[in-house]
Amino acid sequence: MISVLAVALAACTAAATAQQRFPPPEFEPTYHQPPTTYPPTGPPWADWADLGVLAGLLVAAAVLSLRFRRRWAIVALSVVALLYLGFYRGGCVCPIGAIQNVAAALLVKDYVLPLTVAGFFLLPLLFSLISGRSFCAGVCPLGAVQDLVAVKPLSVPAWLDESLGLLAYVYLGAAVMFVAAGAGFFICQYDPFVSIFRLVPLGKMLEGAARREPVDVYAVSGRIDTLLLAAAFVATGLFVARPYCRWLCPYGVLLGWLSKLSFWRVTVTPEDCVKCRLCEDACPFGAIRKPSAEAPSRQRLRGKAALLAAMGLLPVLLVGGGLLGGLLGPGMARAHWTVRLADRIRDEDAGTVKGATDESKAFRETARTSAELFAEADGIVAQFDAKWPLTRVVSLGLAGGSRGPRVGMAHLLGALVGLVIGLKLIGLTVRRRTSDYEPDRFSCLSCGRCFAYCPIEQARRKGSEVVIDEAKIK
Amino acid sequence: MTTPGGKHTRRAVLRRGLQGACALGLGGSVAALASRSGAGETVWQIDPYKCTQCGKCETNCVLETSAVKCLHAFAMCGYCDLCTGYFVAEPPQLNTGAENQLCPTGAITRKFVEDPYYEYTIDEELCTGCGKCVKGCAAFGNGSLFLQIRHDRCINCNECAIAVACPAQAIRRIPASQAYIRKEAKE
Repeated sequence: MISVLAVALAACTAAATAQQRFPPPEFEPTYHQPPTTYPPTGPPWADWADLGVLAGLLVAAAVLSLRFRRRWAIVALSVVALLYLGFYRGGCVCPIGAIQNVAAALLVKDYVLPLTVAGFFLLPLLFSLISGRSFCAGVCPLGAVQDLVAVKPLSVPAWLDESLGLLAYVYLGAAVMFVAAGAGFFICQYDPFVSIFRLVPLGKMLEGAARREPVDVYAVSGRIDTLLLAAAFVATGLFVARPYCRWLCPYGVLLGWLSKLSFWRVTVTPEDCVKCRLCEDACPFGAIRKPSAEAPSRQRLRGKAALLAAMGLLPVLLVGGGLLGGLLGPGMARAHWTVRLADRIRDEDAGTVKGATDESKAFRETARTSAELFAEADGIVAQFDAKWPLTRVVSLGLAGGSRGPRVGMAHLLGALVGLVIGLKLIGLTVRRRTSDYEPDRFSCLSCGRCFAYCPIEQARRKGSEVVIDEAKIK
Repeated sequence: MTTPGGKHTRRAVLRRGLQGACALGLGGSVAALASRSGAGETVWQIDPYKCTQCGKCETNCVLETSAVKCLHAFAMCGYCDLCTGYFVAEPPQLNTGAENQLCPTGAITRKFVEDPYYEYTIDEELCTGCGKCVKGCAAFGNGSLFLQIRHDRCINCNECAIAVACPAQAIRRIPASQAYIRKEAKE
């Protein structure tokens, strides 16, 4: 009986359009149709409140690292930031991820950037230019997680530290490139720490408690792969302090460069350095620079030769990086959803793969033709592989025309990596004369671990004269 | 440029210049970003007209129970006795017995209105956003059941995990002032 009904039903719907097969009945006036519920969004001021909290934390971090100079206070501040920005707000939006929103606002047509997100991106940068990277030590929840688990930090050899530091540039460049191509926000997708924040969703738990509802409904999980990534970073972070901050954080690159030029910055000692060497091993990030010894003239000459060689190498690295990047272009383009779908549809149409994926099924339900999809995908691949004539790129768009081989974003990313490596080599060969123990302006995170090692700082805290046992200093 | 006090060394002057340039650059980017920004916030939402009810909303949301739930546009509903969003294909009987129901959590209540019409209501506490009822309703009914991201649950991740997983690319950011893409009866 029912199957007959179903058949009749199917027959009568075959002719009908996809929607509204059955006219809604007209009921007796005694029937009241229930409304569809649309729960409202959170209050619009919530994001501005977060921005206010961020500004407050940044001011506090700057004051604590430059004026108050107590490690415990900076740790306490970072715990507050971890609880609010991390666990309470779930780590979204964060300045690191906001790089991508800003990149999208600049590079993607019709992308609307909320003002609060722009604020999240710019405020820590502004503070970095004023007072160094106190954001990293006192405000960033990702930094706080890593700093709290760094129980037994080993020192990393300088060559390894410097080399791994280049990864952050690659990550930054790749993230911006993928945003420009519309391939999604990779920094957010592979953020290892946000899954930790989501394990203990304080915000949802407090909301649930306020409504006297069981909170387990709101228990938040992360994807298992990002949880494993988080576990790997935490495990590494036990012995290597802040691995993400030092070698991967794309925002750290921007903060570091602004911090290099900051108006004020953290110093090991509050007064003049007496070169007692006590702070030499204080920094788990290897960010304390020793005073440079006056080099003998022969060594200086060798240094100049190395500098010349590094400068000569720069164009080679630039071009080589560009060519290598170009080779990887089509592979990188597959990070884009549409390119992957087009490949799948091509394979299905050619009969090289059997069956259909959810994506290809969904595509075939739409009115789009394969040709339209392929054209769009080819356009995206071209962005990576061969979008602009080289002459126009080199002249930064000033020269028109279409001469020279065509390059795409993958070439540009490769060239950027080459440029960064080349500049790093030049930087390593340049001798800087320093007379004191000083934190490195780029890599110092203002965590304040070194303060207590300085005898002058100790004397300042006790309000006593500095007593230095000359015999202990060699 | 160099004085014995070391205040105006070449390096110091260069640094001042670069500091000024950076400050200007940041100020400029504030202005540029502000001009390209909208004051309004945006939220994630499913376009029900693109949704293919693949079921990934239920499992890919970072929330343990997805922020996506089924909504019912009553004005579109045909109030069918044989509701293909409520009953499994070829149900043993047309009643509220669990073996007849399509919803794995029994989140749809069926209430008699008048012969031969029944009202179907979603119990949002029980709904997990699997979209089985939506698929059934779209296939043979009026399409009055549809999936939406509920903004009392959504934590508005910067990159929505279900938007990444959605095979129809049906999830996008829309202005928070119009936070739902409603299904409404055609005039």
